[in-house]
Amino acid sequence: MATEFAFPDTAAKGSTAAQEFQTEAMSLSIGPSHPSTHGVLRLQMELDGETVTKCDPILGYLHRGDEKIAENMTYNQFVPYTDRLDYLAPLANNVAYATAVERLAKLEVPPRCQAIRVIASELARVSSHLLGLGAYGIDVGAWTVFLYTFTEREKLYKLFEELTGARFTTSYTRIGGVARDIPDGWLDRVNAFCDQFLPILDEILQLLTRNKVFMDRTVGIGVITKEQAIAYGLTGPNLRGSGVPLDLRKDKPYLGYEQYEFDVPVGVSGDCYDRYLVRGEEMKQSIRIVKQAVAKFPSGDWYASDAKKIFAPPKATILTKMEELIQNFMLVTEGPQMPAGEVYFEAENPKGALGFFVVSRGGGVPWRLKIRSPSFCNLSILPKLCVGAMVSDVVSILGSLDFVMGECDR
Amino acid sequence: MTASVDVAAVIKQSFPQLVERPSGDHPAFSAPASDILTVLSFLRNSQGYDLLTDLTAIDNGEDTTPRFTVVYHVFSTTGHTYLRLAADCRDDRKPSIASVTSLWPGADWHEREVFDMFGITFDGHPDMRRILMWEGYPYHPLRKEFPLAGIETPLPDIEVSEETGTKVLPAPMAGGPFVTSSGEINMAKAEPRAKDESWNEKKEKPL
Repeated sequence: MATEFAFPDTAAKGSTAAQEFQTEAMSLSIGPSHPSTHGVLRLQMELDGETVTKCDPILGYLHRGDEKIAENMTYNQFVPYTDRLDYLAPLANNVAYATAVERLAKLEVPPRCQAIRVIASELARVSSHLLGLGAYGIDVGAWTVFLYTFTEREKLYKLFEELTGARFTTSYTRIGGVARDIPDGWLDRVNAFCDQFLPILDEILQLLTRNKVFMDRTVGIGVITKEQAIAYGLTGPNLRGSGVPLDLRKDKPYLGYEQYEFDVPVGVSGDCYDRYLVRGEEMKQSIRIVKQAVAKFPSGDWYASDAKKIFAPPKATILTKMEELIQNFMLVTEGPQMPAGEVYFEAENPKGALGFFVVSRGGGVPWRLKIRSPSFCNLSILPKLCVGAMVSDVVSILGSLDFVMGECDR
Repeated sequence: MTASVDVAAVIKQSFPQLVERPSGDHPAFSAPASDILTVLSFLRNSQGYDLLTDLTAIDNGEDTTPRFTVVYHVFSTTGHTYLRLAADCRDDRKPSIASVTSLWPGADWHEREVFDMFGITFDGHPDMRRILMWEGYPYHPLRKEFPLAGIETPLPDIEVSEETGTKVLPAPMAGGPFVTSSGEINMAKAEPRAKDESWNEKKEKPL
């Protein structure tokens, strides 16, 4: 049966109704430099019309060999490299790394240092989720969200800059402490930020939560079941979005997280929409933790003062006392002295569980340092998740997984 | 199914061939390479260790035997405990071990990464290719003999070299870098030119 077409298109005029819907198999490569792949991820896909039949993620465009580099430098020298893992939440990476190495030395940092680290990680989580949310909005066609979230992120960056001296590459922690104590009045400014942020966050979330276009693009898309999420080693909001209430801050508390009250939001159906909701709620919980930490901020030392072979003494004493000068010299040249052993520590980072497997043979340099990056594990479900989805859904799925290639490729 | 409180005792009872491994934190065991799949499926199916959080390898040094150790970290999402399992690879020259992708599909990428970085092959893996380095890269960078600065390769990209039979070399600068002379008013003279004009795309660069 020939079909009548209004357009003066000879090819279309000659086509039949059956042929009209016949789709053609083709291969499509998205990335490595494409806005929706959030960095340098490349997806080699095979399509049947608009439907994805095969998806092969190609990684490694941002591979810098961080693990090799770690084997060739002292523990403290590696801190700046951890900034560049999940570069949207460098403070959280710094904290996870330092805590892992301290576990190796069986070193417990004082409560004040722990509180500083908790505040830093939670603010980093808010900043990372804000970016994830803004970028996701753009991915699915909502530009305004991005402008709102970036205004808030800028305020956070101001706080980070006051704390660490840098906006982006903070390198704040040291093994056994942090680079410096908090500046005067910083806690008040953190508190002020939290107070003004909550109503704005509600406003931002309102832009998306009941938005018809946003819901059409996310509800029922990219469904990950509980079993799949666990089988593929998903962690963080992606795992909780599938309804698994696993949060290492609650279930395997570190840095004194057990003293703070907060809830672990979980999703129901495991689709893109649930993952978005989980992130939105997590920010509120992070603010809750920060406010508690500020309220009962402990006094005392902000570094492990008894760990003479691990943490450098205060600058004033280095310049005036012989023993401290030697101690500092040894620390800088030979690195913090660690016992031999193996330690694996995971911290609940914004993107999921960031793990460090440290193998030491003693001395100031690790024998092997494996970085278990949550983005790498979260992305490994892509070949399964994308099959059967439309090309436009792939963009939605990628945004909802909220990964960072700097961490994935290491 | 929850992880039992004293998993160490259970493991010792069920698998007497496993040796306790020195560890700074979680319970850890060394298993013979041939048993790794059995032990891990026991841990997953009856001890509640349902999440494979990490899979990696250690190069114990060029002159050490056994040279390569594969390390598994499993986590129980219900009991909230970690467990470390290590297995030495059979052969130092062509190290290999059984793949656990049948237990955890998420092990796929981890094993590809270990293969890429250490050259350990995983028997039974569905798709044993490199993941971070490119196809056709000749070295395994996390081996101890690989220098930090890297080793130069002519960078053949396998897709191109298969098609054309050629090696892909970095493109020549074709007479570049291009410079403009500032302050020149005559536009014909001011436009960017190669510093060295003795060669270009058509004329070979003099040696």
